[in-house]
Amino acid sequence: MKADPRGVLTGVHFIDGDHACCEGALAAGARFAAGYPITPSTEIVERFAARVPTVGGTFIQMEDELAASITLQGAVWGGAKAFTVTSGPGFSLMMEHIGYAAMTETPCVFVDVQRGGPSTGLPTLPAQADMMQARWGSHGDYEIIALCPNSPQECFDLTIKAFNLAEEFRVPVMFMMDEVVGHMTEKVIIPAADQIEVVPRKHTHKPLEEYLPYSTNGDLVPEIAHAGEGYKFHITGLTHDERGYPNMTAEVQGKLVRRLQNKIRAGADRLAMYEEEQLDDADVVVVSYGITSRVAQRAIDLARERGLRVGKLRLITAWPFPEKKISELAAHVKAFVVPELNLGQMVHEVERAAAGQARTIPVPHAGGSVHKPEEILKVIVEASQ
Amino acid sequence: MNEFVNPVEPFLRSDRMPHIWCPGCGIGTTVNCFARALIESKIDLESLALVSGIGCTGRVAGYVKLDSFHTTHGRAIPFATGLKLANPKLNVVVYSGDGDLSAIGGNHLIHAARRNIDLKVICVNNLIYAMTGGQTAPTTPDHAITSTNPYGVFEPAFNLPHLVEAAGAVYVARWTTFHVRQLARSMAEAFQKKGFSFIEVISPCPTLYQRRNKLGDGLDTMKYYKEKSKVRHGAPTSEVGLTMTGEIVVGKFVDRDRPDYQTMMRAQYSEALGPQFVEQPEMVCS
Repeated sequence: MKADPRGVLTGVHFIDGDHACCEGALAAGARFAAGYPITPSTEIVERFAARVPTVGGTFIQMEDELAASITLQGAVWGGAKAFTVTSGPGFSLMMEHIGYAAMTETPCVFVDVQRGGPSTGLPTLPAQADMMQARWGSHGDYEIIALCPNSPQECFDLTIKAFNLAEEFRVPVMFMMDEVVGHMTEKVIIPAADQIEVVPRKHTHKPLEEYLPYSTNGDLVPEIAHAGEGYKFHITGLTHDERGYPNMTAEVQGKLVRRLQNKIRAGADRLAMYEEEQLDDADVVVVSYGITSRVAQRAIDLARERGLRVGKLRLITAWPFPEKKISELAAHVKAFVVPELNLGQMVHEVERAAAGQARTIPVPHAGGSVHKPEEILKVIVEASQ
Repeated sequence: MNEFVNPVEPFLRSDRMPHIWCPGCGIGTTVNCFARALIESKIDLESLALVSGIGCTGRVAGYVKLDSFHTTHGRAIPFATGLKLANPKLNVVVYSGDGDLSAIGGNHLIHAARRNIDLKVICVNNLIYAMTGGQTAPTTPDHAITSTNPYGVFEPAFNLPHLVEAAGAVYVARWTTFHVRQLARSMAEAFQKKGFSFIEVISPCPTLYQRRNKLGDGLDTMKYYKEKSKVRHGAPTSEVGLTMTGEIVVGKFVDRDRPDYQTMMRAQYSEALGPQFVEQPEMVCS
C-alpha cells in the first residue's frame, strides 16, 4: 500500500541523518515512539516529539531504555507501528526486549546510532562496534534483520525499508547508523506519498474462534491480531505452541525456535541488499558499510588510479549476512579487504563466507574518528600483490 | 446443567487448567475476585487487556480468557503503558507480584504513578520471591527467614501503598486474600477510576514464606489475616507498613482525582499547537 500522506514531508531537504531517519519512520507509518535520551541518537526522537502531534500519534520519553524498548512493543500490540532509538549503552539495556520481540514476533524497529564503546566510551564520536551485538546481543537462538545506511538519504529510504521488513517478517529490525551518518547533513529527497510503498501489518482476517496466534499455514510468518479486537489471544516470552500457550518441551522449543530462525534464513537472498562497483575485473574487493564505505570509496579510487584492480561491495544488509554474494566473489578474487570502525566484527563473517577461497584482511579501527583513506589503500596495495 | 457452571469460568482459559499454583497459595483467590469484579462492573471483556510480568503472579495472564500478555520480568507496566497509549479505548490491567512490580520493576511503578497512566495495577504481595524458591524481596518483613537471608532479613521493607501514593497514584487500596468480597469490590471500584490505581493484595505463600517462618499452612494464614487485619479506610499510608506477625491495616487509603497522562497530553498539545494538533486516530495499521 502507499504511505499515509500525513506523515510524508515531500520535498527536497538539507537535513542530517538523524532527522532523515525520523522522517523515514513517519513516512513508513510509525505513529508511536518511546525513547530515552542518548547521544548521538536523540535528535531522531526530538524531531519525532515535535512532529508527531501534528500527524496524529504519540511520543513518550520513558524512565530508561528497558522501559522504552518494551513500551514500544505494547504499542505494537495496541495497533501502532512503533520504534525506539538509542546508542550503545542504551542498546545494551534493550537486549532483553529485542529477545522478547523476536520470541513474540512483534514487528518493530530499533535504531542504534553507534558511538565508541565499551561502556560510556565516546558519546559524541563514531564507531561501528555494535554490529555483533545487534545480531547476538540477546540470549538464546534467534534471527533479526539489520540495515546499515551510509547517508542521510539512505537514513530516510532504509528506515522505511526497516519498517516494511519488520512487518513482513514480524521481526525486530535493527537500524545500524553511526555517529557520522547520524550527524552528517546532506540533501535528502522525500518523494510524494504515492511514491512510497508501505507494507501493511500481516493482520489476521480469520474468524475469532479460528484464530491461533502462532499458526503459520506453512509460510513461516504467523498472522497478528491486536488487543481489543475480540480475539482474546495470549502472548508470552515463554516457549509457546500455536495457541500462544506456554509449553516447556524440547519438541515445541525445537519447532518454535527453528521457525524463528528459518523465517529469516529462508528470505536471506531476497533480504541481501548491497551496492557493487567494479567487481568484474577485481582482484581485491573492499567490503564495507555505513560511514566507512564512504572513506573506502576514496581508497578504491586512489587504488584504481594506480592501476590496481579493486572493486567495491558495500553492505546495506548486515544481517542476515549476505554470505552467498561473498562466497560467489571469493571464487574469483584474491582477497577481501574489510575496513570497519571496530577491531574486527563483520570481517569474521566475510572470512567465514569466503571459506578459504580468498584471503580476508581486516582494517580495524577502534573508533573515535573514521579511517584515513590511505590506511585502507595501504592494505589494498598489500592485498593486490 | 447450567446451574453447575462456575460463574467465573467464562473468564478463564479452562483448557490451561490445572494451574501451577501451590495448595494454599492466594493467587487463585485473587483471580476469582478479579473475575467477580468483572462481572460486577459489566466491563466489556473485548476492551480489556491484562498484562503480567514474571513470577507466580505473572502467570495470571496465561489463565484469563482476555487479550493477555506475559511480558518480561519487571516490565509489565511499561508494556501496558504502550498498549494503553496506542489504543486509549482499552481497559488495561497490570496483574503481577511484589518482586516483579516493586524491585526489578520499581522504577516503572513510580514513574507510571507519577505520569498517572490510566492503568489498574493489581499487586499480589506474598512477601517473597516465590517462583525462584523463596528469596528476599523488597517487601519481605524484618527478621523473616528466606533462602537468601537464612539468618533473618535485616533490610527495611517497602511500604507499597505509601510508595505509590507518594508517586501520585489516584487510587490505593490493600486487602488480604481473606477479604474476598472487599477485594472484588475494590477492583470494581478501580475500574471506575481514570488514572493510576494500585491494589495490594496480601497473599500467602505456604510453600516458601509461611513454612520457612513457621507460620503454619494456608488455613493458619487465613486465621492470621482474619484476626490481625484492621479495616481503616483513609488510613495515612505512612502508617500501614507490615511486620511479620503484627497488624495488617487494610482498606481504601487513597481515592483522589487528577488528570491522567493522555488527558494532560491532549490539553498541552491543544494549547501549544492550536489547530495544528491532530488527534491520534485509531491506530490499526492493517
